[in-house]
Amino acid sequence: MISMNKVSKHYGTFQVLAECTTQVQKGEVIVVCGPSGSGKSTLIKCVNGLEPFQSGEIIVNGISVGDPRTNLSKLRSTVGMVFQNFELFPHMSIIDNLCIAQLKVLGRTREQARDKGCRLLDRVGLGAQAEKYPGQLSGGQQQRVAIARALAMDPICMLFDEPTSALDPEMVNEVLDVMTELAQEGMTMMCVTHEMGFARRVANRVIFMDQGRIVEDDSKEAFFEHARSERAQQFLAKILHH
Amino acid sequence: MHEFDWSSIPGSLPFLWQGMKVSLEITISAVVFGIVWGTLLALMRLSAIGPLAWLAAGYVNLFRAVPLVMVLLWFFLIVPHLLESLFDLPRGADVRLISAITGFALFEAAYYSEIIRAGIQSVPKGQMAAASALGMTYAQAMRLVVLPQAFRNMVPLLLTQGIILFQDTSLVYVSALADFFGAAYKVGDRDGRLVEMLLFAGAIYFVLCLGASRIVRHYQNKLKTA
Repeated sequence: MISMNKVSKHYGTFQVLAECTTQVQKGEVIVVCGPSGSGKSTLIKCVNGLEPFQSGEIIVNGISVGDPRTNLSKLRSTVGMVFQNFELFPHMSIIDNLCIAQLKVLGRTREQARDKGCRLLDRVGLGAQAEKYPGQLSGGQQQRVAIARALAMDPICMLFDEPTSALDPEMVNEVLDVMTELAQEGMTMMCVTHEMGFARRVANRVIFMDQGRIVEDDSKEAFFEHARSERAQQFLAKILHH
Repeated sequence: MHEFDWSSIPGSLPFLWQGMKVSLEITISAVVFGIVWGTLLALMRLSAIGPLAWLAAGYVNLFRAVPLVMVLLWFFLIVPHLLESLFDLPRGADVRLISAITGFALFEAAYYSEIIRAGIQSVPKGQMAAASALGMTYAQAMRLVVLPQAFRNMVPLLLTQGIILFQDTSLVYVSALADFFGAAYKVGDRDGRLVEMLLFAGAIYFVLCLGASRIVRHYQNKLKTA
C-alpha cells in the first residue's frame, strides 16, 4: 500500500530525514514514535506530498509521490490525514466541513455528501452536532470530526499526525477509541503518536525514529519486549514510567 | 472679527448633493475595484512563481512610494488621451470622472493588496495543509478555505481603508472635478463665503467618517467575541 525507499530530506545542511525505508501493507496499523524533532511528522507528511523530499521514492497505491507528473491533489484525495491541531475549517458548520471536499473534489451531489457526512458523524458519536461550528466543540470532539471528515473521502489509508497531542488528557481516549475501532475494521493506518497503550493494543508494527533515521522497524511485541537500539530503550524507559 | 454668514448653504444643497454623489461614486468604485485587483496582487505576491511575485511587489512599492495627488494628476493628464485614441472619443469629452476612478482604484489596490496579504498570512498554515490533504487544488483551497477566513479577519481594516479613501477623494479638486469638497469650494468661491462653506464641508466629512468608523468598531468587537 505504502512503500518508502531511501527517502531523504534536508533543510540546507540540516538533515531531517535520512534514507528512510519501510513498507506498509494493506490493513496494517503502523505506529511511528520517537523523540521530538526526530522527523516522524515530516516522514508522515511526505507520504501524501505535503512535505517535499529531495531523494528517494515513495509509492502509494502504485503511484509515485515524488514524480512531478503525479497529480498530487488527486492522490491526496485518496489518503486521509488527521492533524495535531484538528484544522477544521472554522468558518463552516461541522456538516459543511465534512461535505466541502466531497462536493468540490469528488463531485458528489449535495444529498450524497450530506448523507455520507451524517452517517460518519453518527459513527464518531457526534450526529447531534452537525449544524454547530468547530469553535463550539471541545478538542476531542473536533478531532473526531476531523477523523470523520477524512473518512468522508473514502480513503484507502489514513495518516495520523500526533492526533492526541493537543488534547486535554481526559479527551485523549474518546479519540483513541475512534482510531482503535477504525483499525479493527481493517483500515490501513500510519500513526505518529506517543500513546504507547494504543500502540500495544492495535499496532502491527512500531517504527522508532531518531535524528531523521528509522532506528527500529519491528513488530510491536519485539519493540516493547526487547528494543534493539539503546536510544529506543532509553525512550521507552522514559515514557513507560508514567 | 469675521462675521459668519451661512445663508449660501440652503440654496446650494442640491449642488452639494451632486458633489457628494460623485465622491461616493469614486469611493465605492475604487473600493470594489481596489479589493479585486488588490486580492490578485496579494495572491501574485505570495505565489511561488518568481516573476509574478516580483511584478506584484514592484507595483505595490511603486504606488506606495508616490503621493496620491500626483498619481491623480498623471491619470488626469494621460488617461483622457489614451481613451480618446482607444475609443475614438470626440476631443474634450469629459473623462475626468473615469480617470479619477482609475487613478484611485489602481492606487488603492496597492494598499488593499498589503492588507489582504497580511490577512492571508494570518490564516494558520495548517488550514492550507488540511485543505490540500483533502485533495483540494491550491486554487480551491485559497478560494474555499483561506480567503473566506482572511476576509472575515480583514473586514474592519478594509472598511477603515475605505473611510480614508472617502476622505482622499477630495484630492480630485486637482482635476477640477466637482466632488463634495470641490462643490463646496465652488459655492464658497462664488458667494465669497469660502470659510463658511469649508467649515460646513468639514463638518459633514467629520460626521460621516466618525459614524462609519464607529460602525466598523462595533463590527470589530462583534468579531472578537464571535
